[in-house]
Amino acid sequence: MALVRLEGVGKTYPNGHVAAKGLDLEIRDGEFMVLVGPSGCGKSTALRMIAGLETPTSGRILIGDRDVTSLPPQDRDIAMVFQTYALYPHMTVRENLAFGLRMRGTAAEVIEKRVQEASRALGLDPVLARRPAQLSGGQRQRVALGRAIVREPKVFLFDEPLSNLDAKLRVETRAELARLHRRLGATVVYVTHDQEEAMTLGWRVAVMRDGFLQQVAPPMELYRRPANRFVAEFVGSPGMNFLPGGAVAGVGQGPAGATLGIRPHDLTIVAEGAGDADAWVDVVESRGSELLVYLRLGTKGDGAELRVVAPPEPAIEEERVVGVKFDRARLHWFEVETGRRMG
Amino acid sequence: MERQEARAAWALVLPAALTILLVALFPLVWTVWESLHLHDLRMPWLGKPFVGLDNYVEALGDPRFWAALGHTAFFAVTSVGLELLIGLWLALALNRAFRGRGLVRAAVLVPWAIPTVVSALLWRFMFEGQTGIVNSVLVGLGVLKEPLVWFIHPAGAWVPVILADVWKTTPFVALLLLAGLQNIDASLYEAARIDGASAWRQFRHVTLPLLKPAILVALIFRTLDAFRVFDLIYALTGGGPGTSTEPIALYTFNALLQNLQFGYGSALSVIVFLITFSLAILYIKLLGAELTGGKR
Amino acid sequence: MRGRGWWPAVVLAMLVGASAFPFYWAILSSFTPESRLFQEPSLLPRNLVLDHYRALFTERSFWLPIRNSLIVAGATTIFCVSLGALCAYALARLEFRGKAFLLGSILAVGMFPQISVVSPLYLLLRELHLINTYPGLVLPYLTFAMPLTVWLLVGFFRQLPGELEEAAMVDGAGRLRAFWEVIVPLAVPGIATTAILTFVYSWNEFLFALSFTLGPERQTVPVAIALFRGQYQVPWGQILAAAVIATLPVTLLVLAFQRRIVQGLTAGAVKG
Repeated sequence: MALVRLEGVGKTYPNGHVAAKGLDLEIRDGEFMVLVGPSGCGKSTALRMIAGLETPTSGRILIGDRDVTSLPPQDRDIAMVFQTYALYPHMTVRENLAFGLRMRGTAAEVIEKRVQEASRALGLDPVLARRPAQLSGGQRQRVALGRAIVREPKVFLFDEPLSNLDAKLRVETRAELARLHRRLGATVVYVTHDQEEAMTLGWRVAVMRDGFLQQVAPPMELYRRPANRFVAEFVGSPGMNFLPGGAVAGVGQGPAGATLGIRPHDLTIVAEGAGDADAWVDVVESRGSELLVYLRLGTKGDGAELRVVAPPEPAIEEERVVGVKFDRARLHWFEVETGRRMG
Repeated sequence: MERQEARAAWALVLPAALTILLVALFPLVWTVWESLHLHDLRMPWLGKPFVGLDNYVEALGDPRFWAALGHTAFFAVTSVGLELLIGLWLALALNRAFRGRGLVRAAVLVPWAIPTVVSALLWRFMFEGQTGIVNSVLVGLGVLKEPLVWFIHPAGAWVPVILADVWKTTPFVALLLLAGLQNIDASLYEAARIDGASAWRQFRHVTLPLLKPAILVALIFRTLDAFRVFDLIYALTGGGPGTSTEPIALYTFNALLQNLQFGYGSALSVIVFLITFSLAILYIKLLGAELTGGKR
Repeated sequence: MRGRGWWPAVVLAMLVGASAFPFYWAILSSFTPESRLFQEPSLLPRNLVLDHYRALFTERSFWLPIRNSLIVAGATTIFCVSLGALCAYALARLEFRGKAFLLGSILAVGMFPQISVVSPLYLLLRELHLINTYPGLVLPYLTFAMPLTVWLLVGFFRQLPGELEEAAMVDGAGRLRAFWEVIVPLAVPGIATTAILTFVYSWNEFLFALSFTLGPERQTVPVAIALFRGQYQVPWGQILAAAVIATLPVTLLVLAFQRRIVQGLTAGAVKG
């Protein structure tokens, strides 16, 4: 198993659109790397370039120690799970699984063995003789997975594989994927737009925006020390609160005129007057295990909005004034112009 | 990777594209060239002098040319209009049905599948003579006092022509519109019903607007076909009586291959081409605007 | 219009009746002796005879035009579908510059009025000594058959799931192999339908066949029927018998593959 290296990789389309620029990324052997970002950020383009389905207009890509930048997909020893699964409709599940090995001229017994192993691991034994059209969404996804596993490639590439599943199935499959990765010890590059998926699955997460890498770090570091305002806002749900520096007197100015960021989980609701500032309670949403409280700063509620995650008890009433306390250890300061993290 | 793809693509496309170029584009250019010359094969001693736009001027002053254009326009408007109306009515009624689906398909496809000249002959036969089936039925029902000789009167000759065309292509128009109807979300009708819209209102405000693209497509195909009509009239009336049902394509054919006036006939050909082309562009613009601008 | 159970059935009956009557009448009349054709026509069968059918083959060698039509329509279909399928695949699923223009041009050619290209084609064929020959018909037929094939097949190829070729390539197949193993098996129904439609259109073609052939040796069925002449009067009995025979193959083909044909035609049209 090898590592994947992107050096200065960029992709500019003939019509001038820049899909990716200056990507420097290293994916370690056996690592689960997630590329995440809003649509159009270039994550899928980056994945496709690793796969060989698109050619970078600048930079190079290495898999293992080989420069694969100009190699076609079939020569790169990678496997890919597509968002739409792209199962071969006219072949049975067994034939779908065997296809890749057949293309490479693998011996029949080897094919048979690997197909059986993958099928058993993914619970596909009962449907081996069926066609994709006769399978459920979850089963199709597993066939797509099996097709990749059977090949025992150097790198697994996933292009938003869970986005076509319903919410509950998505969560279950996520856990299965994590388990599978642990067992296989494979190197995975995984693309998603869902930050929750990124945080739960990734060993390291690469956040992208408008074709550029914003930050590459383990999930916890992204959460605790986001490199800029975009990452801070993107990671974590509900999203971080932002206030102009000095909006809350007790908390201080921070570096000259910076923006203050504080996560909803790092704010506490206390009695009026007992916190760093007073605020008006606008809306309270009960999520069972916690309350999501929408506050507006100021006793008249004419200041900035703040979201706070509070424990389910004590109950908080709407249309009242409360106090809010800021966890001093969890303050984030960002430059106003560039959004870069300060300090 | 993409360059490889583009190269493979051109390799695949080239044989077909070249063939079409050779067999279609080239003759078209030649026709335009011919139309600028005097070229009468009955009078080869005149040679093939370049005469510029003389042939076109001659056409514009040719009463038979204008008559032919008029016939064509009349045919197009009448038959396409009827086909659209009847086709729409059919499609609406059939949108709900449907145990006889196979039967409908067969009813649609068979008239469409037979050669046009054959359908022309079938209808000619039905209207032929004093005791053809149409005359017999009409007289028997008392609609006519005595049998008509349909093909002697210019107006009478149009009846079987229009009927034959409607018979052959209405079911196909109905099919196109039916497909368009089935693409309309049923929940739109439910919403309209809840809002209190009557059946007519629903038709006007839900069905018609959403059916516009399909109607335009049907219009494009049918109008272009109607303007090029040849087989039907050649076999049904031969353009007669006299030249009173002669469409422009038939007149061009006569000029070219019967009167052997290649220069003049080519000019007529070019005119037919320009009309068809303009109509096509017009429709495509309308359809394009409909599909992009009209999207909500 | 909705909820009235009997209304659609009535419409259906009217549609089927209106479509079928001219056929019924023609078939019935083709079995009726010539002398009785225009005397007291009756809607019900009476005194059926085979005279006209016999005469077609004994007096008119009607098998000649049938042979000609089969050869011309068959050759046109095979040629167009092979070249057209490759072209359509590229247009539908590969990316390259000039794609839209090419597709637009091909479709535009399909809309050419035939009459506009008849005379140069005639002169060209005459130069090549191809008047009244099989190639002399197949070649002009390409002007409408090729665009038709390409248009239909582009519609079919577009309906195939995307990313199939990419998955096959990632799995280890080169582009050609991916096409053969994954695309072709899925395209077979579409190709079959296109072949049928191309055959039907070629079989029915009239103007070119009329202009580029000189006699029964190479005339196709529609031309032969349209030019039937009798000694003293129009031989309606034989014309109708010929019509019945002429339409039999295409009718059978079309009836056998109805569903696919309707799908193919409307899919391309409605989705534009």
